[in-house]
Amino acid sequence: MFRGELSQGVIVTMNVRINGTIRALGEIDPQTPLLWVLRDELDLVGTKFGCGISQCGACTVLINNVAVKSCTYPIASVGEAEVTTIEGLAGSDGELNPVQEAWVDLDVAQCGYCQSGQVMAAEALLRANPNPSDDEIDQAMASNICRCGTYVRIREAVKTAASQLATDVGGGA
Amino acid sequence: MASLNYDGIAEIVDTITSAREELSGVGAPLRIVKLDRRQFLKMTGAVGGGLMLSFTAPKAIASKGASAFQPNGYVKIDDSGIVLYAKNPEIGQGVKTSLPMIVAEELDAAWEDVTVEQSRIDQAAYGMQFAGGSTAIPINWTALRRAGATARAMLVKAAANRWNVSVDSLTTENSEVIHASSGRRATYLELANEAAALDVPNGDSVPLKDPSDFRILGRRVTGVDNEALVRGEPLFGIDQTVQGMKYAVYQKCDAIGGKVKSANLEEIKAMSGVVDAFILEGNDNAWELLPGVAIVADSTWKVLQAKRALDIEWEETDASTDSWSDAIYKAEKLRHETGPRVVDTGNVDTAFENSVKQASGFYRYAFASHAQLEPQNCTASLKDGKLELWAPTQTPGAAIMSAARVVGIPPSSVTLHQKRCGGGFGRRLYNDFVCEASAIAKHVGIPVKLQWTREDDMAYDLYRAGGFHQMHGSVDENGKITGWRNRFITFTNDGSRPVSGGGISPSVFPGGLLENVRVEQTALEWKNRCAAWRAPGSNVFAFVVGSFLHELAHTAGRDHLEVLLEVLGEPRQLGPRGMHTGRAAGVVKLAAEKAGWGWELEKGRGMGVAFYYSHAGHIAEVADLSVSEDKKVRVHKVTVAADVGPIVNLSGAENQVQGSVVDGISTMFDLAVSFENGRIQQTNFDTYSMMRMPSAPEIDVHFIESDYPPTGLGEPAFPPLAPAVYNAIFAATGQRARTMPISEEGFTLA
Repeated sequence: MFRGELSQGVIVTMNVRINGTIRALGEIDPQTPLLWVLRDELDLVGTKFGCGISQCGACTVLINNVAVKSCTYPIASVGEAEVTTIEGLAGSDGELNPVQEAWVDLDVAQCGYCQSGQVMAAEALLRANPNPSDDEIDQAMASNICRCGTYVRIREAVKTAASQLATDVGGGA
Repeated sequence: MASLNYDGIAEIVDTITSAREELSGVGAPLRIVKLDRRQFLKMTGAVGGGLMLSFTAPKAIASKGASAFQPNGYVKIDDSGIVLYAKNPEIGQGVKTSLPMIVAEELDAAWEDVTVEQSRIDQAAYGMQFAGGSTAIPINWTALRRAGATARAMLVKAAANRWNVSVDSLTTENSEVIHASSGRRATYLELANEAAALDVPNGDSVPLKDPSDFRILGRRVTGVDNEALVRGEPLFGIDQTVQGMKYAVYQKCDAIGGKVKSANLEEIKAMSGVVDAFILEGNDNAWELLPGVAIVADSTWKVLQAKRALDIEWEETDASTDSWSDAIYKAEKLRHETGPRVVDTGNVDTAFENSVKQASGFYRYAFASHAQLEPQNCTASLKDGKLELWAPTQTPGAAIMSAARVVGIPPSSVTLHQKRCGGGFGRRLYNDFVCEASAIAKHVGIPVKLQWTREDDMAYDLYRAGGFHQMHGSVDENGKITGWRNRFITFTNDGSRPVSGGGISPSVFPGGLLENVRVEQTALEWKNRCAAWRAPGSNVFAFVVGSFLHELAHTAGRDHLEVLLEVLGEPRQLGPRGMHTGRAAGVVKLAAEKAGWGWELEKGRGMGVAFYYSHAGHIAEVADLSVSEDKKVRVHKVTVAADVGPIVNLSGAENQVQGSVVDGISTMFDLAVSFENGRIQQTNFDTYSMMRMPSAPEIDVHFIESDYPPTGLGEPAFPPLAPAVYNAIFAATGQRARTMPISEEGFTLA
């Protein structure tokens, strides 16, 4: 049967930039996936474990604004990049951002387990493309599974958030 | 050592089955407001029923010196606000929102004033606390109304005392008591102290609202945890941490029944961060603790690495050798042979002899996994003979019993903290993961969080069983269906009873509707555990019977909708637990009308209809889809009409239906697990690929809010989806697919 290699015991210390602050990590195996660093070391448990092989998207976070599956992303690869997790979306005053607000208002969640990953995927899409077409929404969200099947509402929530963002931008201009 | 015993499952399955059956039947339609306790019991056939929640509401936990008004276990009002307690596990079916809505309605609180908390697990006080069988709403409907009404009556009495006016001169609205003639008002918060000093009246004596006065029920109410979810706050079992906790994994034999002969424990214990590694013998109960190797370490990542480095030699004498290809081979033989008759009504042989046309088809469906997105986990701490558990389970009461057995302490020494479940679908009815965490915590003597990987979750699931049906039907010279034969090959874990959801009873469609029906059932021995999976039985039988009904309509040269309505016949109640054919016809007609049934469609496009009654819900669905030359299927729209009585939370109800449709499409197109040499062949979501957003159709949901007591919606919208889609594919292509998943016949989702 398969036998994995025993740990080589390589341990490092490092700092990572998460949700706008620098967090110091104690001794850590540099191959540790970002997911488990967030959950076990930094107490940021909003990012979820679903499959461990980048299939379901429950562990989606942003690295320099791009959606990444943190379950297969070694902490050593983060480097100087800015990591944003679900806990980092709300404003400093605690106000929900437009994507979060749309998710709450449209009552997207059933079990809710995938939804932080879904919200992060939507956030990444809208940061890159504030006015996505239906097709672009479907394609961007295709990397995230919702086992409860809330896709109809997720689609609607992304559209609602996009139009809210457009209003905000227009209002501020 | 004895081989595995599968008996222990009975307590869970029987609990849920009997809960469902007691509640599933209703008599003549009655206005809800007219129901007193006796009438409700009579209607639900639950006189003396062990599972009906007592209408004496649970006592609140007394807290000394507190001035909070806590007339029962569902309501607490003090200076800080109104707290309502949700008694059942939340698994995505929305009960943490919908159950408190019922209390709030009769309390006449403003929903915006309410904070909801998960109640403690205390079945002596609350009655059954579980998530299963779509029973939460029907079981708790009246009890929760009375709990809210009792609290309201006491607040009104407190106001009457304060103002020295009669109770009858007072009204309530939006968390306030109002004395209209003097214009005086007092909030519930202001009255809480005085209400707390009053005697709690008998819940049966307090008046309930007329449904026409409902302000909260039937509204669109968003989930009470929505904001916490999008902020990433800890809610789920997997998010739990406790002081001094370590992380655990548990490796079992990939062929169930295998025992540990030896393992490289010393090597594992020498790995970085590993606290301990040891063998557990298991307790021979297939639903509790299988043999395996436990590892405990400092972090999830370290313990996962140690798990990968495990080298275990298994003793597989009694282990599973289940083989799906072998089962197919056996079924192919058996379908031509007769078997024990489990249903035999009318005279089936004569019906076939006198018929003018017959049709037959061999249907098959694969095993399926629950794949709830949060992998199994449980946090356990055993100190001084007291076990504390934090578990995402659907059956906390059964979890306490099992964990107590495994650890060897009385159930009264176990406290279980109910955690939100990242999906259930039936998987978390069974508490093997709770037993494992408990046994590991006992062995290491420190608190542990047991974490299953996705691979564990797939390999040690309790699967929806596969099955095979050789169908035969006959029609007479008028195109009427006369005879129906279903040669069913199913599976058994214990050597006698079919697995949960794997047995056909006389009430299974078209039982009670057609005169001449025969079902012959043979169960193949199967070691891998099979158990309840969303809408057990119905989730696969609907596919077979709903498709074959269409085959017979086609054989008769008639419109499917017309034949379906003819089979349903005159409006009537089919037995105390059966469907009402009038409600059935109502949803069939509504779904057809809303979908535009009968329209001329372009080539390659088709509509299919199906109806199924399960979990007391009457649901019809129409699928509208296109199929390309290369068998790519684009489902454009699914129209659903549902009659589950009055709707409690319109947003939640719609969400359940939409989700059931997506789950239905996902499952029927591509989801299968297969076994060879006792081992599952699919290990993760790369080989068990659920549907993704681009394939999600438009879903149009309509409710008929009939005057029957409300029933649940976590399951019944799932079963009709598959036959509606299979029938639409036939309408579009002329090809009859009889295998689920349909990808095995070359049809894939566009």
